[in-house]
Amino acid sequence: MKSNDIILQTAAKFVTFIIMIFSFYIFLGGHFGPGGGFVGGLLTSSALVLMLLAFDIKTMSTVIPFDYKLLIPIGLLVALGTGVGSFFFHVPFLTHAFGHFTLPIIGETELATATIFDLGVYLVVVGITMTIIQTIGESE
Amino acid sequence: MSNFVILPLIMTMFSGIVLLFFKDKIRVQRWISSLSLLLTVVASFYLVHLVHTKGILTHELGNWKPPFGIVLVADMLSALLVATTSIIALCAVLFAFRSIGEARERFYFYPFVHFLITGVFGAFLTGDLFNLFVFFEVMLMSSYVLIILGGTKIQLKESIKYILVNVVSSALFVISVAYLYAVTGTLNMADLALRITAAGDQGIITVIAMLLLVVFGLKGGIFPLYFWLPGSYKAPPPVISALFGALLTKVGLYAIFRVFTLIFIHDQAFTHPIIGYLAILTIIVGTIGAVAYHDIEKIVIYNIIVAVGVILYGLTIGSVDGFTGSIYYLVHDMIIKGALFLLCGAVISVTGTADMRKMGGLIKHHPFMGWLFFLSILSLAGIPPLSGFIGKLMLVQSGLQSHSYVFVGVMLLSSLLVLYSAMKIFMTCFWGEQVLESSQEKGSTKGLLLPISILVGLSVVLGIGTEWALPYITEAAKTLADPMSYIQSVLKE
Repeated sequence: MKSNDIILQTAAKFVTFIIMIFSFYIFLGGHFGPGGGFVGGLLTSSALVLMLLAFDIKTMSTVIPFDYKLLIPIGLLVALGTGVGSFFFHVPFLTHAFGHFTLPIIGETELATATIFDLGVYLVVVGITMTIIQTIGESE
Repeated sequence: MSNFVILPLIMTMFSGIVLLFFKDKIRVQRWISSLSLLLTVVASFYLVHLVHTKGILTHELGNWKPPFGIVLVADMLSALLVATTSIIALCAVLFAFRSIGEARERFYFYPFVHFLITGVFGAFLTGDLFNLFVFFEVMLMSSYVLIILGGTKIQLKESIKYILVNVVSSALFVISVAYLYAVTGTLNMADLALRITAAGDQGIITVIAMLLLVVFGLKGGIFPLYFWLPGSYKAPPPVISALFGALLTKVGLYAIFRVFTLIFIHDQAFTHPIIGYLAILTIIVGTIGAVAYHDIEKIVIYNIIVAVGVILYGLTIGSVDGFTGSIYYLVHDMIIKGALFLLCGAVISVTGTADMRKMGGLIKHHPFMGWLFFLSILSLAGIPPLSGFIGKLMLVQSGLQSHSYVFVGVMLLSSLLVLYSAMKIFMTCFWGEQVLESSQEKGSTKGLLLPISILVGLSVVLGIGTEWALPYITEAAKTLADPMSYIQSVLKE
């Protein structure tokens, strides 16, 4: 008899989105509270792993047709880019800046270039975690 | 421009990242890696020139003033080692084009060479103890990948040993950094030096110094801690062994030099004799190994251990002359060990074996390779016109001045035996009865001899052009002997 995991799959569909939103919250809140790129990245990949558990690798690769291995160099480039970017302002490597901006819906917000570095960390963490899990999952 | 200090580091890291995008395009990978390393060579030599004209350069990451932020420091020793590293990396990559094989190239060989070089550059340039740990890890992670890449049985076996030893020593490193932070409250090397001088002769600081000696000794392969080295360096293909043999142990040595000339100078009567005895025992063990084996790679590997001992002893002499000899020998040894490993790789690619009892008469068909080997052996043993001579001469002189006759005797005797061990390779492999006809050879040396001749040529230049090279090396030694100049240029007091 074919086993039926409809409860797991239905729950996973909802829970994945909740975890995703929470991971973005953690990622963006890292400047003033606990969190940041590393935890955010791990949470995002845990959401993806939940999908992997509920479905399988083939379904996942059709839903998200993206090679996670590419996330690693992209994230590294983003992180290195923020470092090198400071050279254009004649300040040492990795000098960060911040400022207060008035954004449309949110109102006055503090934006810092450290977030871009964190984005790099986030991408690398997601890329590496998913690469490890998929590689182990696929090998016979 | 103070940004220049960080340039070699960024360049290798950037090209390593870019190479990750071109997994299957081997030709693109080769072009990018050789061009970027060529640029790195140029940049690092310019760095040497800058340090020579302007004195010690610092780069404060994130514009935080030391001791609060991370600082990169290029004094003459770091700059020279960065330059030597970049040349060896370039030659190894050129050698890899023809020897490493497509399967390994396809699985991120070049990116990991770049990350390895990034780690080595970082370890040479950093002025912060925990940052040194991080760069050690960058270097070691890449070396784990390189040692296992290809997945043959011996590589899997030896990499487990290698990874275990290095994980343990990294944990020890973190523990000793934690102790040091608890005692002094800082991790910036210059600030550490000041605070330890102020704290004076405390037993706990000597304990931490010895812990760090164990850590760096495990990385550098000094006497009781070298046990992992012969097996691990034998396992991967010769190009990777060349990178490891020329760079990794030398980073450990550099760290010992930096730490024991800058930070832990409070109780030299206790620490330096211990390092001295370990150095002499390292020379003896290495010499025994070099004489004992019939495997050409094993002989070169044990010669690394001999050189580690010789260089380490220069630290305990403590005079500017001793440091100069050590640094000269360090630079020479990086170049010549790279050349010897690559030569072993060329011999193995021709004969298909590393056992010298199974080969002979190679000089008939490969005269150029044979004489390159001959030159590098003479340089290794320290025959006058070549680069190994000056370093050893200065070490002997300063050893005699400080009345360490045991060391001088052991070193001279070991030079003889090193010459014997390497000449044994030359006599049996290149002279003697010819074993292989040219049609029976397993591969050709086409393209393999160019990087080797660059390295051997450099060794000859370093030997003949001593007058030209010595001012730079003496400058490096003077900075080592006078830690205040380092501290002042970092902390700007």
